[in-house]
Amino acid sequence: MNTVADERVTEVWERLVREAQQSGYIVNTDDAFAKDLVRGLLENEARYGYRACPCRLASGVASEDQDIVCPCDYRDADLDEYGTCYCGLYVSPEVSRGERTGGSIPDRRPVGGVSARGEEMEQVSMKGLAFPVWRCRVCGYLCARPQPPLVCPVCKAGKERFERFM
Amino acid sequence: MLEPKHVEGIHNEHKVFLYALSTCGWCRKTKALLQELGIAYDYIDVDEQQGPDRELAKQEVLKWNPSLSFPTMVLDDKESVIGFSEARIRRIVSE
Repeated sequence: MNTVADERVTEVWERLVREAQQSGYIVNTDDAFAKDLVRGLLENEARYGYRACPCRLASGVASEDQDIVCPCDYRDADLDEYGTCYCGLYVSPEVSRGERTGGSIPDRRPVGGVSARGEEMEQVSMKGLAFPVWRCRVCGYLCARPQPPLVCPVCKAGKERFERFM
Repeated sequence: MLEPKHVEGIHNEHKVFLYALSTCGWCRKTKALLQELGIAYDYIDVDEQQGPDRELAKQEVLKWNPSLSFPTMVLDDKESVIGFSEARIRRIVSE
């Protein structure tokens, strides 16, 4: 273990903290805890080629684990309901201010992952749109353009995390 | 063949087995608290297992926790504790 250099962990942690602030998210203010999670993300990146959630068992197959690449598809719902995401890297303003306790929460991900998630969301049918509308599965950002953006401008999720909305 | 790691402790009254992920913060907290309280335990970091061992470890976790989440702690081969439960861990020493 500890195959990832401390400097690299700190560098990525600083970037995540900054990006979170810019887009209205909060990285856990227990810095040591958050940095350990970032280390886990980087270890998973080295192992699997993507930053799978450090608190979930990745399959090693990118397409099956798309939903648990950090930030995961379940983060925002967990922040709303529990004030923390599943691994605890992100917390709500209430938790960060100490007005609410985060902690270990149940996993919202269906057993079996993406393949068990069922049908794609129902698409709204709109005739005559100049562009298709794409939705970010992570944060819900919508945009009308021929293709989804390479990176979600809000939550930084990759293009593959978008689904056709209209 | 799974090879659990053993951590010594002054409290051996209960059999404590932990299925964990080496990268997970809640698993780390669980291990730290067990150690702090001096509870002897065995553990497997399932993410560190390769090939058939990984599948074997998954099947073992599933027996105790159908959602295959971590940490999963098994007490005396009969009770499973899912997630980091500070209160439940502290009760181990007083039972």
